[in-house]
Amino acid sequence: MSNEEAENKEKTRAILEGVGSKRENLIPILQKIQEELGYLPPYAMIEVARFLNIPEIDVYSVVTFYNQFRLTPPGKHSIRVCLGTACHVKGGHITLAAWQRRLKIGPGETSPDREFDLDTVACVGCCAMAPVTVVDKKVEAHANPTRVDGILLSYQLRKEQEEKENN
Amino acid sequence: MKFEEIRKQAQSRWQAIWNDQAPVILVGTATCGRAAGALEVLQAIKETVKKQNLNCLIYEVGCMGHCYAEPLIILRKPGFPSICYGHVSPVLAENLVTNLILNDDPSLEFVLGALEENDLVPSFSDFPRSKYEKRILLKNCGHINPEEIEHYIANGGYESLSKALRMKPVEIVSEVKRSKLRGLGGAGFPTGEKWDVCRHSEGEPKYLICNGDEGDPGAFMDRAILESDPHSVIEGMVIAGYAIGARHGYIYVRAEYPLAVQRVQNGLLQAKKYKFLGENVLGSDFSFDIKLFQGSGAFVCGEATALIASIEGKPGMPRHRPPRVAVQGLFGKPTILNNVKTLAYVPHIIKNGADWFLQTGTERSKGTAVFALAGKVVNTGLVEVPMGTTLRQLIFQVGGGITKGKRFKAVQIGGPSGGCLPESALDLPIDFDSLQESGAMMGSGGMVVLDEDDCMVEVARYFLDFTQKESCGKCTLCRLGTKQMLDILEDITKGHGKMEDLETLEELAEDIKQGSLCGLGRTAPNPVLTTLRYFREEYEAHIKEGRCPALMCQTLIAYYILPEKCARGCDACVGTCTVEAISTDKKRRIKVIDQEKCVKCNTCLAACPPQYDAVIKLSPPDKVPKAGFAPTLTLPHRGGGNP
Repeated sequence: MSNEEAENKEKTRAILEGVGSKRENLIPILQKIQEELGYLPPYAMIEVARFLNIPEIDVYSVVTFYNQFRLTPPGKHSIRVCLGTACHVKGGHITLAAWQRRLKIGPGETSPDREFDLDTVACVGCCAMAPVTVVDKKVEAHANPTRVDGILLSYQLRKEQEEKENN
Repeated sequence: MKFEEIRKQAQSRWQAIWNDQAPVILVGTATCGRAAGALEVLQAIKETVKKQNLNCLIYEVGCMGHCYAEPLIILRKPGFPSICYGHVSPVLAENLVTNLILNDDPSLEFVLGALEENDLVPSFSDFPRSKYEKRILLKNCGHINPEEIEHYIANGGYESLSKALRMKPVEIVSEVKRSKLRGLGGAGFPTGEKWDVCRHSEGEPKYLICNGDEGDPGAFMDRAILESDPHSVIEGMVIAGYAIGARHGYIYVRAEYPLAVQRVQNGLLQAKKYKFLGENVLGSDFSFDIKLFQGSGAFVCGEATALIASIEGKPGMPRHRPPRVAVQGLFGKPTILNNVKTLAYVPHIIKNGADWFLQTGTERSKGTAVFALAGKVVNTGLVEVPMGTTLRQLIFQVGGGITKGKRFKAVQIGGPSGGCLPESALDLPIDFDSLQESGAMMGSGGMVVLDEDDCMVEVARYFLDFTQKESCGKCTLCRLGTKQMLDILEDITKGHGKMEDLETLEELAEDIKQGSLCGLGRTAPNPVLTTLRYFREEYEAHIKEGRCPALMCQTLIAYYILPEKCARGCDACVGTCTVEAISTDKKRRIKVIDQEKCVKCNTCLAACPPQYDAVIKLSPPDKVPKAGFAPTLTLPHRGGGNP
């Protein structure tokens, strides 16, 4: 068992200790685990199934049904491109293509260096600011392809800065 | 403490804020404001106040509805009206605050409007749009601090609850029934009747659920209300719970709305503290608690039975009805499920009576409707208008018309379940029934305005893509039918369509409507059907000519730089091109796009300075002249250019 796995299992158990074992707690539990671990690894789902005394397949079916849950580890920064109607007519798909081109990954994937993960979101309700992209919980308004480059550049600069400070 | 005392205390504190000699600064920090940078503005204001050592009060408010002008701040100094400024940046905020508070200069050039009528600056009530607006649900939004229950109480909040607890539950139900309030989530089912069924259903405990799973892309009314005035929804829920005899309530909020979740959570804690919630509400025998449940991103969970399955910890798949949820809902018990706006209306109806409510609206749809105006309209944002207002008034008077002087093409109303209505339908009054007849539906209130640059086939494809992905997969026709329709639409937008495809689309649409259990499937074909009905010639242009009339479908267009318009010394497009597809022709110094490299991201067109206006789109793409030949075709004129 890797270090990370042992740590994650420990965290999962700590979360489970604080909640009741009723079936209706399944989704809130999964949300909490994902918030803590960033994704839902198989061993965490098995742990939850045992805790709620339900078949593992039931947990898996809920996890795969809802868009919010992810089965792969996230990147350090999350990129969520809004593809709501208002964003679409103002070029949300063009923004998504720009992210894909720059990060070289598709929606639902994480970059090989685990810096960024890319995904789409149905609508974040900021339609008046379309097209928007949510970067690490911050909603970036009017995110067109040039803005995409700007955002990535600012992350790169910050990373370089940090590396310099660390050396 | 008795409610009267709570109210008096809240009111006197509220008065003190506004009558005090100290200035007040309000910053709109709902999600749309934050997206535009409101938190940075707030930070700048706090620093200015500290630096200048000003004695003033700063508080955050929700969404004022003027999203087009975000970030917004309101400054209030005794001797001046309360002035609202729009498009505020941190630097501007610092200047505005210093100018008004220290130097008595209201910086007139940045004013958006004043809250009250005065002789100095135009007030919001002088705006032409105010003639059409009627703010009931949005009355508090943007004026009170959503995290302060006292602000809500001081503005008449929880008065209705106190009144309701002195009424009999049956009286409340009959008052709501008499008001003809219809569910504002889209379906328009009479609320009072639903409550009556639940009241008379056997089974304990009963549940009340507030549906805040606003999944329609392009809609943000419920988010704005939950963020800006959460207590109005909580109060409505407690009253509804009392009326139907429920013991437990749930607020179901989308996980995509983190701020709404936080504000509701905070609101619930405060309401509990003031005894508006919990055991023995306001000292009565009635006990009621509310749990917050976060959705996990499934559009289908807006449907009642799917939402209930999701709270029970299962995949959100709808089930057969009957039994109706009012008879057998959450955990098999009688359950009422109402939309955020419906519940927020309840306190107003209890306070002012059904007759007051009946005065507004049309014969069969009473009250007001809240719309989220978005897309190609000047004044994007939240609007509340009486039922019966026409689409034309809403888009052109309230919304200020189409951006960039473009031509109106269609309005998409009702999200993926609704449809696209053309110019000829603009004089339809907005109510539940007339919109249904036109093939669209009222939906929960998302309204996206489309202009001449929007391709209707592409819009239909977009919605089908959405419903196809969101279909839960239970009904075969919804699961596979939408996929077939989507494949056909994709072919058409890529220029591979056939004329007989249009008939197949219509046949499939009918089958999906017939063969689906829930509203998602039954309404999924609407965007295709309405665009086929009103914009058939666009489908035909794609199929017969391989041409996208709106120049939107990426496969069917190409970008081209007009040599006679291109300014030789300017490099704007070359510098911004995201894939380095634009180069300079060595001989003539004009810019040329390498069609092989171009990804059609529109950046060059946006970057080309308006005085040159040299970048255009062509469809079909083979219209682009081959290198070395002068263009012989007549090119569409974009206006404003100076060759």
